[in-house]
Amino acid sequence: MTTDTPLLEIKGLKTYFYLDEGTVKAVDGVDFTIQHSKTLCVVGESGCGKSVTARSIMQIVDPPGRVIEGQMLFHRISQDTGTSVQEELIDLAKLNPRGSEIRKIRGKEIAMIFQEPMTSLSPVHTIGHQISQAILLHTDATKAEARDQTIEVLRLVGIPRAETRFDTYPFQLSGGMRQRAMIAMALSCHPSLLIADEPTTALDVTTQAQILDLMIKLQKERGMAMQFITHDMGVVAEIADTVAVMYLGIIVEYGPVDAIFNDPKHPYTQALLRSIPQLGPRVRQRLDTIKGMVPDPYNRPKGCPFHTRCIKRIPDVCDKVLPQRVELRGEHGVRCVLYGGNGGAQ
Amino acid sequence: MSELLIHQDPGVILEANGLRMHFPIARGFLRRTVGHVKAVDDVNFFVRSGETLGLVGESGCGKTTAGRCIIRAYTPTGGQILYRQADGQVIDLAKLKSESEMRPFRRDIRMIFQDPYSSLNPRMTLLQIVGDPLVANHLSQGKELEDRVAELLKRVGLRPEYMRRYPHAFSGGERQRIGIARALALNPRIVIADESVSALDVSVRAQILNLLQDLQNDFNLTYLFVAHDLSVVEHVCDRVAVMYVGKLVELAETEPLYFHPLHPYTEVLLSAVPKPNPRLRSRGSRIVPEGEVADPAHPPSGCYFHPRCRFAKERCKTEEPQLRDLGDKHYVACHFAEDLKLRGVLDKGT
Repeated sequence: MTTDTPLLEIKGLKTYFYLDEGTVKAVDGVDFTIQHSKTLCVVGESGCGKSVTARSIMQIVDPPGRVIEGQMLFHRISQDTGTSVQEELIDLAKLNPRGSEIRKIRGKEIAMIFQEPMTSLSPVHTIGHQISQAILLHTDATKAEARDQTIEVLRLVGIPRAETRFDTYPFQLSGGMRQRAMIAMALSCHPSLLIADEPTTALDVTTQAQILDLMIKLQKERGMAMQFITHDMGVVAEIADTVAVMYLGIIVEYGPVDAIFNDPKHPYTQALLRSIPQLGPRVRQRLDTIKGMVPDPYNRPKGCPFHTRCIKRIPDVCDKVLPQRVELRGEHGVRCVLYGGNGGAQ
Repeated sequence: MSELLIHQDPGVILEANGLRMHFPIARGFLRRTVGHVKAVDDVNFFVRSGETLGLVGESGCGKTTAGRCIIRAYTPTGGQILYRQADGQVIDLAKLKSESEMRPFRRDIRMIFQDPYSSLNPRMTLLQIVGDPLVANHLSQGKELEDRVAELLKRVGLRPEYMRRYPHAFSGGERQRIGIARALALNPRIVIADESVSALDVSVRAQILNLLQDLQNDFNLTYLFVAHDLSVVEHVCDRVAVMYVGKLVELAETEPLYFHPLHPYTEVLLSAVPKPNPRLRSRGSRIVPEGEVADPAHPPSGCYFHPRCRFAKERCKTEEPQLRDLGDKHYVACHFAEDLKLRGVLDKGT
């Protein structure tokens, strides 16, 4: 039963930032689902709302930002009664961001890894202390048990000499080791969903390869779901099962990884894929670019947000209608009038 | 490279010979030198006029330091940086002592920086930023300066009307264009691009890469392209030099290096690049090196890469390999380069 029901369903999520200069619609109606033990990659350029989406799920959007609309249905499975597996449905959007309920989920059921491990780990506490705090908070382990579990999880993420590393401070570790410590902290309470916000962007390619391999291996062992946020299409191709391409706060295309890379439908996805240099035999050709730049979030274009840069723009349609998602074959969805998404004019 | 190429081949514009940059580590109350960080250690390479040489490696491998030695932001602690001037004369930039001696060469060799946010002074307008090199070299002023700046801005794809604005009004990609305009102001011959596109989004990155290529064609520029992103390097570079812990381990034309690497470290780097195609997914087949990059203050004995190399033998632990030419100007520093069958960028499986 658990394999059929999704782990997390996001429906019509809107997160706005109310600033003096105006309202920034960072996330403006996003729908997606995350299945058990699968990886969803969210890609997009900076400012497209991919990080805010992840932070909304954790309810850690910084003020003046707020989740203002939508549902985030989290299917929590509690196995405490032995034989019967109970499923509980929680709408994360309804929870108070500072309340105790979300705190029980945050870090335990849903854990998050951030981009820059140096700024997201405390510099004045040892990594062992920081990880065991999470275990002490979410389980009834004693201090000694928490220490053992911490060492075990440090070993699991491939930190050599875990017993001695327990007492090291983040600055004593290299970037790759710090990111491993971050992952260890996230995994310490056996989350069912791991959200990773650009976890390898600050790392070298060889370290990135190590961390990606580690995450894939841990996902297999633990059977957890991952939401992976990145702007690197190469990383997406390596680890995603499903891909959501975001542009200015909406998901413009959504589908299985193979369909997104080999049969992209939305002009933005197509342009994005053409603008990355491919490895392989080459004629020193010019890269295709997307003209212009991401519009200012204060004055989003009317209609389809991409129409200002789109080469397939239809005048008088694209600048008026925000296309709705059109479902294509094989769980592949796209928001573009070229595929008939202009039914629901706004 | 015993005989210096720059004296034989008139097409070579720059040659580093035994370039060394050792930074002292000072400790204690008296700041005594207790050791050296060998950021760049005995590096040889040459750049042909009009080509793009890529300098790749992981962070801390000395690629940025090598670039900074060439513009003489650092005074190298050893070796030569031979530069062929426009009139054909060859001069050793590493030997120049005073700022006045270096002045003429500062105009020829310019740099584009990585971070478009911190490399532009927020209190200067575009006119001041781009015009500064022209003013400092007493080349133009007043209306003439404005015309020249307008022309430069137009060339890099910015509207000249914006020249009285400050950098904060521009996006990352536009700021990088400003940095490029500034580097071009003095009609340089060599431009060192230090991770110039790594801070940019993919769509903007493609625009800047195309701009750099156009400018190279228009002004016959020579690029030294320092980067860690191997797919970008493959796209823009004619030849690629791979560095590891201050040493050059392999130097070759781009295609042979990517398809038939000769150094195990190059193989590892190529294998680690995520390929933007899910059908080429390298799960399991990827060669992931053990451990971490060696500390340049305490490098391992012999070949610096031997603790992480899957082919390491006894000899690698004791004897340091020299950079040697294996034909077609494919240089590699590995004792066993001829015997190894290494995987190129598109090969899968072992």
